[in-house]
Amino acid sequence: MQFGIFTVGDVTTDPTTGRTPTENERIKATLAIAQKAEEVGLDVFATGEHHNPPFVPSSPTTTLGYIAARTENLILSTSTTLITTNDPVKIAEDYATLQHLADGRVDLMMGRGNTGPVYPWFGKDIRQGIPMAIENYALLHQLWREDVVDWEGKFRTPLQSFTATPRPLDGVPPFVWHGSIRSPEIAEQAAYYGDGFFHNNIFWPMEHTKKMVDLYRRRYAHYGHGTAEQAIVGLGGQVFMRKNSQDAVREFRPYFDNAPVYGHGPSLEDFTRETPLTVGSPQEVIERTLTFRDAVGDYQRQLFLMDHAGLPLKTVLEQLDILGEEVVPVLRKEFANLRSADVPESAPLHPAVTAARANRAARATRKES
Amino acid sequence: MFATTPLRIVAVSAGLSQPSSTRLLADRLAAAARERLAAEQDRNVEVRVIELRDLAVDIANHLVSGFPSATLREAIDAVTEADGLIAVTPVFTASYSGLFKSFFDLIDNTALTGKPVVIAATGGTARHSLVLEHALRPLFAYLRAVTVPTSVYAASEDWGSSGDEYTEGLPSRIRRAGGELASAVLGRTVSGASRAPGLDDGDDAVVPFEQQLADLRLD
Repeated sequence: MQFGIFTVGDVTTDPTTGRTPTENERIKATLAIAQKAEEVGLDVFATGEHHNPPFVPSSPTTTLGYIAARTENLILSTSTTLITTNDPVKIAEDYATLQHLADGRVDLMMGRGNTGPVYPWFGKDIRQGIPMAIENYALLHQLWREDVVDWEGKFRTPLQSFTATPRPLDGVPPFVWHGSIRSPEIAEQAAYYGDGFFHNNIFWPMEHTKKMVDLYRRRYAHYGHGTAEQAIVGLGGQVFMRKNSQDAVREFRPYFDNAPVYGHGPSLEDFTRETPLTVGSPQEVIERTLTFRDAVGDYQRQLFLMDHAGLPLKTVLEQLDILGEEVVPVLRKEFANLRSADVPESAPLHPAVTAARANRAARATRKES
Repeated sequence: MFATTPLRIVAVSAGLSQPSSTRLLADRLAAAARERLAAEQDRNVEVRVIELRDLAVDIANHLVSGFPSATLREAIDAVTEADGLIAVTPVFTASYSGLFKSFFDLIDNTALTGKPVVIAATGGTARHSLVLEHALRPLFAYLRAVTVPTSVYAASEDWGSSGDEYTEGLPSRIRRAGGELASAVLGRTVSGASRAPGLDDGDDAVVPFEQQLADLRLD
Protein backbone atom coordinates (compact mmCIF):
# COMPACT_ATOMS: atom_id res chain seq x y z
CA MET A 1 0.00 0.00 0.00
CA GLN A 2 1.19 3.49 -0.78
CA PHE A 3 0.90 6.41 1.62
CA GLY A 4 1.36 10.01 0.76
CA ILE A 5 0.07 13.54 0.83
CA PHE A 6 -1.89 15.67 -1.58
CA THR A 7 -1.93 19.43 -1.67
CA VAL A 8 -4.51 21.88 -2.91
CA GLY A 9 -1.94 24.67 -2.98
CA ASP A 10 -4.13 27.30 -1.36
CA VAL A 11 -2.65 30.58 -0.19
CA THR A 12 -4.66 31.11 2.96
CA THR A 13 -4.24 33.58 5.81
CA ASP A 14 -3.13 31.94 9.04
CA PRO A 15 -6.17 32.76 11.21
CA THR A 16 -4.08 32.70 14.40
CA THR A 17 -1.60 35.35 13.23
CA GLY A 18 -3.45 37.13 10.44
CA ARG A 19 -0.44 36.59 8.20
CA THR A 20 -0.87 35.56 4.56
CA PRO A 21 2.11 33.90 2.87
CA THR A 22 3.26 35.30 -0.46
CA GLU A 23 2.87 33.14 -3.54
CA ASN A 24 6.61 32.68 -3.55
CA GLU A 25 6.57 31.48 0.06
CA ARG A 26 3.73 29.10 -0.69
CA ILE A 27 5.45 27.61 -3.71
CA LYS A 28 8.73 27.18 -1.79
CA ALA A 29 6.78 25.66 1.11
CA THR A 30 5.25 23.14 -1.29
CA LEU A 31 8.75 22.04 -2.33
CA ALA A 32 9.87 21.74 1.30
CA ILE A 33 6.77 19.70 2.11
CA ALA A 34 7.37 17.31 -0.81
CA GLN A 35 11.00 16.80 0.18
CA LYS A 36 9.93 16.22 3.77
CA ALA A 37 7.45 13.60 2.55
CA GLU A 38 10.32 11.63 1.07
CA GLU A 39 12.50 12.15 4.15
CA VAL A 40 9.88 10.70 6.50
CA GLY A 41 9.32 7.68 4.27
CA LEU A 42 6.07 8.52 2.51
CA ASP A 43 5.56 7.11 -0.98
CA VAL A 44 3.58 9.75 -2.86
CA PHE A 45 3.35 13.51 -3.28
CA ALA A 46 0.45 14.81 -5.35
CA THR A 47 -0.36 18.39 -6.28
CA GLY A 48 -3.63 19.90 -7.38
CA GLU A 49 -4.06 22.09 -10.44
CA HIS A 50 -5.82 25.43 -10.22
CA HIS A 51 -6.06 28.48 -12.41
CA ASN A 52 -7.34 31.11 -10.03
CA PRO A 53 -6.39 32.80 -6.76
CA PRO A 54 -5.92 31.91 -3.94
CA PHE A 55 -4.21 28.85 -5.43
CA VAL A 56 -0.64 28.65 -6.76
CA PRO A 57 -0.30 25.31 -8.58
CA SER A 58 -1.22 26.24 -12.14
CA SER A 59 1.81 24.49 -13.61
CA PRO A 60 2.09 21.09 -11.92
CA THR A 61 4.81 19.52 -14.07
CA THR A 62 7.13 22.48 -13.44
CA THR A 63 6.79 21.94 -9.70
CA LEU A 64 6.91 18.16 -9.93
CA GLY A 65 9.96 18.35 -12.23
CA TYR A 66 11.82 20.31 -9.55
CA ILE A 67 10.76 17.85 -6.88
CA ALA A 68 11.83 14.96 -9.10
CA ALA A 69 15.35 16.36 -9.16
CA ARG A 70 15.43 16.75 -5.37
CA THR A 71 14.07 13.32 -4.46
CA GLU A 72 14.93 9.74 -5.23
CA ASN A 73 12.04 7.53 -4.21
CA LEU A 74 8.94 9.69 -4.03
CA ILE A 75 6.20 8.99 -6.58
CA LEU A 76 5.02 12.26 -8.11
CA SER A 77 1.35 12.54 -8.83
CA THR A 78 -1.50 14.99 -9.26
CA SER A 79 -4.76 15.65 -7.47
CA THR A 80 -6.08 16.37 -10.01
CA THR A 81 -4.97 17.06 -13.60
CA LEU A 82 -7.76 18.86 -15.42
CA ILE A 83 -8.68 16.52 -18.25
CA THR A 84 -11.43 18.90 -19.33
CA THR A 85 -9.70 22.22 -19.96
CA ASN A 86 -6.16 20.99 -20.69
CA ASP A 87 -5.30 19.81 -24.16
CA PRO A 88 -4.80 16.04 -23.92
CA VAL A 89 -1.87 16.34 -26.33
CA LYS A 90 -0.10 18.68 -23.91
CA ILE A 91 -0.86 16.38 -20.97
CA ALA A 92 0.63 13.47 -22.92
CA GLU A 93 3.80 15.48 -23.62
CA ASP A 94 4.20 17.06 -20.19
CA TYR A 95 3.75 13.92 -18.14
CA ALA A 96 5.79 11.70 -20.46
CA THR A 97 8.62 14.25 -20.07
CA LEU A 98 8.19 14.20 -16.31
CA GLN A 99 8.28 10.42 -16.40
CA HIS A 100 11.72 10.54 -18.09
CA LEU A 101 13.01 13.18 -15.66
CA ALA A 102 11.79 11.19 -12.64
CA ASP A 103 12.92 7.77 -13.93
CA GLY A 104 9.37 6.50 -13.97
CA ARG A 105 8.25 7.84 -10.57
CA VAL A 106 5.10 9.38 -12.02
CA ASP A 107 1.42 8.70 -12.08
CA LEU A 108 -1.46 11.12 -12.36
CA MET A 109 -5.07 11.60 -11.46
CA MET A 110 -7.65 12.92 -13.87
CA GLY A 111 -10.32 15.30 -12.62
CA ARG A 112 -12.73 17.87 -13.93
CA GLY A 113 -11.91 20.66 -11.50
CA ASN A 114 -14.28 22.46 -9.20
CA THR A 115 -14.11 26.02 -10.48
CA GLY A 116 -16.78 26.91 -13.04
CA PRO A 117 -15.09 29.90 -14.70
CA VAL A 118 -11.98 27.86 -15.58
CA TYR A 119 -13.98 26.37 -18.47
CA PRO A 120 -14.77 29.68 -20.19
CA TRP A 121 -11.29 31.03 -19.38
CA PHE A 122 -9.89 28.16 -21.42
CA GLY A 123 -12.53 28.48 -24.11
CA LYS A 124 -14.60 25.47 -22.99
CA ASP A 125 -18.23 24.86 -22.12
CA ILE A 126 -18.81 23.60 -18.58
CA ARG A 127 -21.99 21.79 -19.68
CA GLN A 128 -19.72 19.52 -21.71
CA GLY A 129 -17.60 18.66 -18.64
CA ILE A 130 -18.25 14.92 -18.60
CA PRO A 131 -18.16 14.40 -22.40
CA MET A 132 -14.86 16.33 -22.51
CA ALA A 133 -13.42 14.20 -19.70
CA ILE A 134 -14.36 11.12 -21.68
CA GLU A 135 -13.19 12.20 -25.11
CA ASN A 136 -9.99 13.90 -23.95
CA TYR A 137 -8.95 10.91 -21.90
CA ALA A 138 -9.68 8.54 -24.78
CA LEU A 139 -7.23 10.59 -26.85
CA LEU A 140 -4.61 10.77 -24.07
CA HIS A 141 -4.87 7.00 -23.63
CA GLN A 142 -4.27 6.49 -27.33
CA LEU A 143 -1.40 9.01 -27.55
CA TRP A 144 0.55 7.10 -24.90
CA ARG A 145 -0.06 3.71 -26.48
CA GLU A 146 0.16 4.28 -30.21
CA ASP A 147 3.23 5.83 -31.82
CA VAL A 148 1.30 7.38 -34.69
CA VAL A 149 -2.20 8.65 -34.07
CA ASP A 150 -4.93 9.68 -36.49
CA TRP A 151 -7.73 11.15 -34.50
CA GLU A 152 -10.93 13.14 -34.79
CA GLY A 153 -13.28 14.22 -32.01
CA LYS A 154 -15.75 16.86 -30.95
CA PHE A 155 -13.59 18.99 -28.68
CA ARG A 156 -10.24 19.30 -30.36
CA THR A 157 -8.77 19.93 -33.75
CA PRO A 158 -8.15 16.61 -35.59
CA LEU A 159 -4.73 14.94 -35.64
CA GLN A 160 -3.22 13.26 -38.71
CA SER A 161 -0.05 11.21 -38.35
CA PHE A 162 0.71 12.73 -34.98
CA THR A 163 3.32 11.34 -32.60
CA ALA A 164 3.36 12.62 -29.02
CA THR A 165 6.99 13.00 -27.90
CA PRO A 166 8.75 11.95 -25.81
CA ARG A 167 7.26 8.48 -25.88
CA PRO A 168 6.44 7.17 -22.38
CA LEU A 169 9.56 5.89 -20.58
CA ASP A 170 10.32 2.34 -21.80
CA GLY A 171 6.97 2.38 -23.61
CA VAL A 172 5.06 2.17 -20.31
CA PRO A 173 2.45 4.92 -19.94
CA PRO A 174 2.09 6.55 -16.51
CA PHE A 175 -0.57 4.86 -14.38
CA VAL A 176 -3.77 6.89 -14.30
CA TRP A 177 -6.30 7.40 -11.53
CA HIS A 178 -9.67 9.01 -12.10
CA GLY A 179 -10.86 11.17 -9.27
CA SER A 180 -14.48 12.03 -8.70
CA ILE A 181 -16.48 12.93 -5.62
CA ARG A 182 -19.90 12.16 -7.00
CA SER A 183 -20.04 11.42 -10.74
CA PRO A 184 -20.86 7.77 -11.48
CA GLU A 185 -19.72 8.37 -15.09
CA ILE A 186 -16.15 8.82 -13.88
CA ALA A 187 -16.21 5.65 -11.75
CA GLU A 188 -17.47 3.92 -14.91
CA GLN A 189 -14.67 5.44 -16.98
CA ALA A 190 -11.99 4.26 -14.52
CA ALA A 191 -13.53 0.77 -14.52
CA TYR A 192 -13.72 0.60 -18.31
CA TYR A 193 -10.00 1.23 -18.74
CA GLY A 194 -8.95 -0.79 -15.70
CA ASP A 195 -7.42 2.42 -14.31
CA GLY A 196 -7.46 3.42 -10.65
CA PHE A 197 -10.33 5.22 -8.97
CA PHE A 198 -9.62 7.84 -6.32
CA HIS A 199 -12.16 9.36 -3.97
CA ASN A 200 -11.14 12.58 -2.28
CA ASN A 201 -12.98 11.42 0.83
CA ILE A 202 -12.78 14.76 2.57
CA PHE A 203 -15.99 16.67 2.13
CA TRP A 204 -18.51 13.85 2.16
CA PRO A 205 -19.54 11.11 4.58
CA MET A 206 -17.77 7.76 4.29
CA GLU A 207 -20.99 6.02 3.29
CA HIS A 208 -21.09 8.11 0.11
CA THR A 209 -17.45 7.30 -0.66
CA LYS A 210 -18.28 3.64 -0.20
CA LYS A 211 -21.10 3.83 -2.78
CA MET A 212 -18.81 5.40 -5.37
CA VAL A 213 -16.07 2.83 -4.74
CA ASP A 214 -18.55 -0.07 -4.80
CA LEU A 215 -19.84 1.07 -8.19
CA TYR A 216 -16.29 1.32 -9.55
CA ARG A 217 -15.41 -2.15 -8.21
CA ARG A 218 -18.51 -3.79 -9.73
CA ARG A 219 -17.88 -2.21 -13.10
CA TYR A 220 -14.14 -3.04 -12.97
CA ALA A 221 -15.09 -6.70 -12.63
CA HIS A 222 -17.77 -6.28 -15.33
CA TYR A 223 -15.11 -5.11 -17.80
CA GLY A 224 -12.99 -8.15 -17.01
CA HIS A 225 -9.92 -6.52 -15.46
CA GLY A 226 -10.08 -8.78 -12.41
CA THR A 227 -12.35 -9.33 -9.46
CA ALA A 228 -14.10 -6.40 -7.82
CA GLU A 229 -11.74 -6.79 -4.86
CA GLN A 230 -8.72 -6.40 -7.14
CA ALA A 231 -9.74 -2.99 -8.50
CA ILE A 232 -7.24 -0.20 -7.75
CA VAL A 233 -8.68 2.19 -5.18
CA GLY A 234 -7.23 5.32 -3.62
CA LEU A 235 -8.68 7.47 -0.87
CA GLY A 236 -8.03 10.89 0.52
CA GLY A 237 -8.31 11.91 4.11
CA GLN A 238 -7.32 14.74 6.37
CA VAL A 239 -5.80 14.62 9.80
CA PHE A 240 -4.27 16.85 12.42
CA MET A 241 -2.29 15.23 15.20
CA ARG A 242 -0.67 16.01 18.51
CA LYS A 243 0.48 13.65 21.21
CA ASN A 244 -2.57 14.58 23.25
CA SER A 245 -5.89 14.58 21.50
CA GLN A 246 -7.09 17.74 23.26
CA ASP A 247 -4.00 19.66 22.13
CA ALA A 248 -4.67 18.66 18.53
CA VAL A 249 -8.27 19.88 18.74
CA ARG A 250 -7.29 23.15 20.42
CA GLU A 251 -4.57 23.91 17.89
CA PHE A 252 -6.50 22.88 14.76
CA ARG A 253 -9.87 24.48 15.61
CA PRO A 254 -9.12 28.02 14.37
CA TYR A 255 -7.80 26.60 11.09
CA PHE A 256 -10.86 24.40 10.71
CA ASP A 257 -13.28 27.19 11.58
CA ASN A 258 -11.80 29.47 8.92
CA ALA A 259 -10.86 26.86 6.31
CA PRO A 260 -11.80 27.44 2.70
CA VAL A 261 -14.72 25.26 1.53
CA TYR A 262 -16.13 24.08 4.84
CA GLY A 263 -15.15 26.84 7.27
CA HIS A 264 -17.90 28.88 8.92
CA GLY A 265 -20.19 25.89 8.58
CA PRO A 266 -20.47 22.72 10.66
CA SER A 267 -18.58 22.53 13.92
CA LEU A 268 -15.29 20.65 14.10
CA GLU A 269 -17.06 18.01 16.15
CA ASP A 270 -19.91 17.59 13.62
CA PHE A 271 -17.49 17.46 10.70
CA THR A 272 -15.27 14.93 12.45
CA ARG A 273 -18.27 12.73 13.10
CA GLU A 274 -19.79 12.97 9.64
CA THR A 275 -16.66 12.94 7.45
CA PRO A 276 -13.29 11.16 7.59
CA LEU A 277 -11.55 14.21 9.18
CA THR A 278 -9.61 13.07 12.24
CA VAL A 279 -8.18 15.50 14.77
CA GLY A 280 -6.48 13.79 17.67
CA SER A 281 -3.61 11.56 18.71
CA PRO A 282 -1.59 9.47 16.24
CA GLN A 283 -3.33 6.40 17.65
CA GLU A 284 -6.76 7.89 16.88
CA VAL A 285 -5.63 8.60 13.31
CA ILE A 286 -4.43 5.02 12.95
CA GLU A 287 -7.72 3.63 14.21
CA ARG A 288 -9.85 5.91 12.05
CA THR A 289 -7.83 5.25 8.91
CA LEU A 290 -8.16 1.50 9.41
CA THR A 291 -11.94 1.93 9.35
CA PHE A 292 -11.67 3.23 5.76
CA ARG A 293 -10.79 -0.34 4.77
CA ASP A 294 -13.92 -1.60 6.52
CA ALA A 295 -15.94 0.69 4.25
CA VAL A 296 -14.25 0.26 0.86
CA GLY A 297 -12.27 -2.98 1.16
CA ASP A 298 -8.53 -3.46 0.61
CA TYR A 299 -7.20 -0.40 -1.15
CA GLN A 300 -3.91 0.65 -2.63
CA ARG A 301 -3.29 4.30 -1.90
CA GLN A 302 -4.00 6.61 1.01
CA LEU A 303 -3.26 10.32 0.59
CA PHE A 304 -3.62 12.85 3.39
CA LEU A 305 -4.32 16.55 3.05
CA MET A 306 -1.88 18.20 5.47
CA ASP A 307 -0.93 21.68 4.25
CA HIS A 308 -4.10 23.71 3.89
CA ALA A 309 -6.23 26.31 5.62
CA GLY A 310 -3.28 28.56 6.45
CA LEU A 311 -1.33 26.08 8.59
CA PRO A 312 2.24 27.40 8.85
CA LEU A 313 5.02 25.44 7.16
CA LYS A 314 6.64 24.59 10.50
CA THR A 315 3.42 22.95 11.70
CA VAL A 316 2.96 21.04 8.46
CA LEU A 317 6.50 19.67 8.68
CA GLU A 318 5.86 18.59 12.29
CA GLN A 319 2.69 16.88 11.12
CA LEU A 320 4.64 15.03 8.45
CA ASP A 321 7.14 13.87 11.06
CA ILE A 322 4.32 12.40 13.13
CA LEU A 323 2.67 10.90 10.05
CA GLY A 324 5.88 9.32 8.80
CA GLU A 325 7.25 8.17 12.15
CA GLU A 326 4.22 7.16 14.18
CA VAL A 327 1.26 6.61 11.88
CA VAL A 328 2.28 5.22 8.50
CA PRO A 329 4.59 2.45 9.77
CA VAL A 330 1.74 1.04 11.85
CA LEU A 331 -0.77 1.44 9.02
CA ARG A 332 1.57 -0.30 6.57
CA LYS A 333 1.82 -3.29 8.85
CA GLU A 334 -1.87 -3.43 9.76
CA PHE A 335 -3.13 -3.03 6.19
CA ALA A 336 -0.62 -5.62 4.95
CA ASN A 337 -1.81 -8.14 7.55
CA LEU A 338 -5.44 -7.54 6.64
CA ARG A 339 -5.07 -7.57 2.86
CA SER A 340 -6.35 -10.59 0.93
CA ALA A 341 -3.53 -12.46 -0.80
CA ASP A 342 -4.94 -11.96 -4.31
CA VAL A 343 -5.37 -8.20 -4.02
CA PRO A 344 -2.54 -6.05 -5.43
CA GLU A 345 -0.48 -4.31 -2.79
CA SER A 346 -0.19 -1.10 -4.77
CA ALA A 347 -1.12 0.50 -8.05
CA PRO A 348 1.19 -0.74 -10.84
CA LEU A 349 4.61 0.91 -10.64
CA HIS A 350 6.80 1.65 -13.62
CA PRO A 351 9.28 -1.27 -14.07
CA ALA A 352 12.17 1.19 -13.59
CA VAL A 353 10.76 2.09 -10.16
CA THR A 354 10.32 -1.55 -9.25
CA ALA A 355 13.92 -2.24 -10.30
CA ALA A 356 15.25 0.74 -8.32
CA ARG A 357 13.37 -0.47 -5.26
CA ALA A 358 14.81 -3.96 -5.63
CA ASN A 359 18.32 -2.48 -5.90
CA ARG A 360 17.85 -0.42 -2.77
CA ALA A 361 16.56 -3.43 -0.88
CA ALA A 362 19.54 -5.50 -2.05
CA ARG A 363 21.99 -2.76 -0.99
CA ALA A 364 20.30 -2.53 2.40
CA THR A 365 20.61 -6.30 2.85
CA ARG A 366 24.32 -6.22 1.90
CA LYS A 367 24.95 -3.44 4.42
CA GLU A 368 23.32 -5.44 7.16
CA SER A 369 25.31 -8.62 6.46
CA MET B 1 -55.23 -5.69 7.18
CA PHE B 2 -53.18 -3.79 4.64
CA ALA B 3 -51.09 -5.96 2.41
CA THR B 4 -49.41 -3.09 0.62
CA THR B 5 -47.13 -0.36 1.88
CA PRO B 6 -48.89 2.69 3.30
CA LEU B 7 -49.38 5.87 1.34
CA ARG B 8 -47.02 8.52 2.66
CA ILE B 9 -48.05 12.13 2.93
CA VAL B 10 -45.29 14.50 4.00
CA ALA B 11 -45.94 18.09 5.01
CA VAL B 12 -43.07 20.56 5.12
CA SER B 13 -43.64 23.52 7.42
CA ALA B 14 -41.32 26.51 7.37
CA GLY B 15 -43.03 28.17 10.34
CA LEU B 16 -40.64 29.64 12.88
CA SER B 17 -42.68 30.40 15.97
CA GLN B 18 -43.97 27.79 18.37
CA PRO B 19 -46.85 27.27 18.19
CA SER B 20 -46.94 28.29 14.55
CA SER B 21 -49.92 28.98 12.33
CA THR B 22 -47.88 27.64 9.40
CA ARG B 23 -47.52 24.31 11.23
CA LEU B 24 -51.21 24.43 12.06
CA LEU B 25 -52.10 24.89 8.40
CA ALA B 26 -49.76 22.03 7.44
CA ASP B 27 -51.45 19.77 10.00
CA ARG B 28 -54.91 20.70 8.77
CA LEU B 29 -54.02 20.08 5.13
CA ALA B 30 -52.44 16.74 6.02
CA ALA B 31 -55.53 15.74 7.97
CA ALA B 32 -57.80 16.68 5.06
CA ALA B 33 -55.71 14.66 2.61
CA ARG B 34 -55.60 11.70 4.95
CA GLU B 35 -59.35 11.76 5.43
CA ARG B 36 -60.00 11.69 1.69
CA LEU B 37 -57.38 9.04 1.04
CA ALA B 38 -58.79 6.85 3.80
CA ALA B 39 -62.29 7.24 2.40
CA GLU B 40 -61.36 6.34 -1.16
CA GLN B 41 -59.05 3.34 -0.85
CA ASP B 42 -57.80 0.63 1.47
CA ARG B 43 -54.19 1.46 2.01
CA ASN B 44 -53.02 2.82 5.28
CA VAL B 45 -52.06 6.50 5.22
CA GLU B 46 -48.97 7.73 7.04
CA VAL B 47 -48.62 11.43 7.68
CA ARG B 48 -45.37 13.07 8.64
CA VAL B 49 -44.75 16.74 9.28
CA ILE B 50 -41.23 18.09 8.85
CA GLU B 51 -40.53 21.32 10.72
CA LEU B 52 -37.74 23.17 8.95
CA ARG B 53 -37.08 25.16 12.12
CA ASP B 54 -35.58 22.00 13.65
CA LEU B 55 -33.35 21.59 10.60
CA ALA B 56 -32.34 25.24 10.18
CA VAL B 57 -28.71 24.79 11.27
CA ASP B 58 -28.34 21.55 9.29
CA ILE B 59 -29.70 23.30 6.20
CA ALA B 60 -27.20 26.17 6.58
CA ASN B 61 -24.37 23.67 7.13
CA HIS B 62 -25.34 21.73 4.03
CA LEU B 63 -25.29 24.92 1.98
CA VAL B 64 -21.77 25.60 3.24
CA SER B 65 -20.26 22.12 3.36
CA GLY B 66 -22.01 20.53 0.38
CA PHE B 67 -23.40 17.46 2.12
CA PRO B 68 -26.35 16.87 4.44
CA SER B 69 -26.19 15.75 8.06
CA ALA B 70 -27.79 12.38 8.72
CA THR B 71 -30.91 14.08 10.11
CA LEU B 72 -31.31 16.37 7.12
CA ARG B 73 -30.66 13.57 4.65
CA GLU B 74 -33.41 11.55 6.28
CA ALA B 75 -35.82 14.50 5.97
CA ILE B 76 -34.91 15.06 2.31
CA ASP B 77 -35.40 11.35 1.61
CA ALA B 78 -38.82 11.47 3.28
CA VAL B 79 -39.84 14.36 1.03
CA THR B 80 -38.55 12.81 -2.18
CA GLU B 81 -40.10 9.42 -1.38
CA ALA B 82 -43.50 10.77 -0.34
CA ASP B 83 -46.58 9.90 -2.36
CA GLY B 84 -47.90 13.40 -1.81
CA LEU B 85 -46.29 16.59 -0.53
CA ILE B 86 -47.72 19.56 1.34
CA ALA B 87 -45.44 22.61 1.32
CA VAL B 88 -46.29 25.46 3.67
CA THR B 89 -44.35 28.66 4.25
CA PRO B 90 -44.94 31.92 6.04
CA VAL B 91 -44.79 34.94 3.73
CA PHE B 92 -41.59 36.88 4.37
CA THR B 93 -40.78 40.05 2.46
CA ALA B 94 -43.20 39.34 -0.38
CA SER B 95 -42.19 35.72 -0.95
CA TYR B 96 -41.56 32.32 0.63
CA SER B 97 -39.19 32.43 3.58
CA GLY B 98 -35.48 32.02 3.00
CA LEU B 99 -35.47 28.85 5.08
CA PHE B 100 -38.20 27.33 2.91
CA LYS B 101 -36.29 28.14 -0.28
CA SER B 102 -32.98 26.93 1.18
CA PHE B 103 -34.52 23.55 1.98
CA PHE B 104 -35.88 23.09 -1.52
CA ASP B 105 -32.55 24.34 -2.93
CA LEU B 106 -30.97 21.25 -1.37
CA ILE B 107 -33.29 18.80 -3.10
CA ASP B 108 -32.07 17.41 -6.40
CA ASN B 109 -33.89 19.25 -9.17
CA THR B 110 -35.23 16.01 -10.63
CA ALA B 111 -36.25 14.39 -7.35
CA LEU B 112 -39.76 15.87 -7.21
CA THR B 113 -40.69 15.19 -10.83
CA GLY B 114 -44.34 14.15 -11.03
CA LYS B 115 -44.88 14.53 -7.29
CA PRO B 116 -48.40 15.69 -6.29
CA VAL B 117 -47.98 18.87 -4.23
CA VAL B 118 -50.26 21.24 -2.36
CA ILE B 119 -48.78 24.69 -1.82
CA ALA B 120 -49.92 26.82 1.09
CA ALA B 121 -48.83 29.94 2.92
CA THR B 122 -49.63 32.00 5.98
CA GLY B 123 -49.39 35.72 6.58
CA GLY B 124 -50.63 38.61 8.64
CA THR B 125 -52.78 39.96 5.87
CA ALA B 126 -54.68 38.46 2.96
CA ARG B 127 -53.04 41.02 0.66
CA HIS B 128 -50.05 38.65 0.29
CA SER B 129 -52.07 35.70 -0.95
CA LEU B 130 -50.83 35.86 -4.54
CA VAL B 131 -47.35 34.90 -3.26
CA LEU B 132 -48.66 31.37 -3.74
CA GLU B 133 -49.22 31.93 -7.43
CA HIS B 134 -46.25 34.17 -8.13
CA ALA B 135 -43.56 32.51 -6.00
CA LEU B 136 -44.47 29.00 -4.86
CA ARG B 137 -46.21 27.72 -7.98
CA PRO B 138 -43.30 28.63 -10.33
CA LEU B 139 -40.85 27.04 -7.89
CA PHE B 140 -42.67 23.72 -8.03
CA ALA B 141 -43.28 24.08 -11.77
CA TYR B 142 -39.51 24.32 -12.19
CA LEU B 143 -39.17 21.13 -10.15
CA ARG B 144 -41.77 19.50 -12.45
CA ALA B 145 -43.97 18.64 -9.51
CA VAL B 146 -47.70 18.33 -10.13
CA THR B 147 -49.12 21.19 -8.09
CA VAL B 148 -52.85 20.87 -7.47
CA PRO B 149 -55.08 23.78 -8.58
CA THR B 150 -56.13 24.88 -5.10
CA SER B 151 -53.47 26.62 -3.09
CA VAL B 152 -54.34 27.64 0.43
CA TYR B 153 -53.51 30.98 1.96
CA ALA B 154 -54.35 31.56 5.60
CA ALA B 155 -54.25 35.16 6.81
CA SER B 156 -54.55 35.79 10.54
CA GLU B 157 -58.18 36.76 10.10
CA ASP B 158 -58.98 33.43 8.39
CA TRP B 159 -58.50 31.59 11.64
CA GLY B 160 -61.49 33.46 13.09
CA SER B 161 -63.92 33.88 10.19
CA SER B 162 -66.01 31.72 7.96
CA GLY B 163 -65.65 33.18 4.52
CA ASP B 164 -67.77 35.77 2.82
CA GLU B 165 -69.83 36.17 -0.32
CA TYR B 166 -66.67 36.07 -2.48
CA THR B 167 -64.53 33.39 -0.84
CA GLU B 168 -65.05 30.11 0.90
CA GLY B 169 -63.83 29.93 4.46
CA LEU B 170 -60.48 28.42 5.34
CA PRO B 171 -61.88 24.99 6.34
CA SER B 172 -63.56 24.45 2.99
CA ARG B 173 -60.45 25.59 1.08
CA ILE B 174 -58.37 23.16 3.13
CA ARG B 175 -60.85 20.37 2.39
CA ARG B 176 -60.79 21.13 -1.32
CA ALA B 177 -56.97 21.20 -1.46
CA GLY B 178 -56.76 18.00 0.59
CA GLY B 179 -59.23 16.34 -1.77
CA GLU B 180 -57.29 17.46 -4.84
CA LEU B 181 -54.07 16.12 -3.32
CA ALA B 182 -55.76 12.80 -2.56
CA SER B 183 -57.05 12.53 -6.14
CA ALA B 184 -53.63 13.39 -7.54
CA VAL B 185 -51.96 10.80 -5.30
CA LEU B 186 -54.44 8.09 -6.29
CA GLY B 187 -54.51 8.96 -9.97
CA ARG B 188 -50.81 9.53 -10.17
CA THR B 189 -49.81 8.81 -13.72
CA VAL B 190 -46.51 10.67 -13.91
CA SER B 191 -44.07 8.84 -11.74
CA GLY B 192 -40.89 10.19 -10.24
CA ALA B 193 -39.06 7.58 -12.27
CA SER B 194 -37.84 10.21 -14.69
CA ARG B 195 -35.40 11.44 -12.08
CA ALA B 196 -31.71 10.96 -12.91
CA PRO B 197 -30.45 7.59 -11.65
CA GLY B 198 -28.14 7.82 -8.65
CA LEU B 199 -25.67 5.77 -6.70
CA ASP B 200 -28.46 3.84 -5.01
CA ASP B 201 -29.69 2.47 -8.32
CA GLY B 202 -27.07 -0.26 -8.72
CA ASP B 203 -25.59 -0.54 -12.21
CA ASP B 204 -28.38 1.68 -13.54
CA ALA B 205 -26.40 4.52 -11.98
CA VAL B 206 -24.20 4.55 -15.06
CA VAL B 207 -24.54 4.68 -18.79
CA PRO B 208 -22.27 1.88 -20.07
CA PHE B 209 -18.97 3.36 -21.18
CA GLU B 210 -19.19 2.13 -24.78
CA GLN B 211 -22.40 4.10 -25.08
CA GLN B 212 -20.82 7.21 -23.55
CA LEU B 213 -18.03 6.95 -26.13
CA ALA B 214 -20.44 6.23 -28.96
CA ASP B 215 -22.43 9.36 -28.09
CA LEU B 216 -19.30 11.39 -28.82
CA ARG B 217 -18.49 9.74 -32.13
CA LEU B 218 -18.64 12.01 -35.14
CA ASP B 219 -20.89 10.85 -37.93
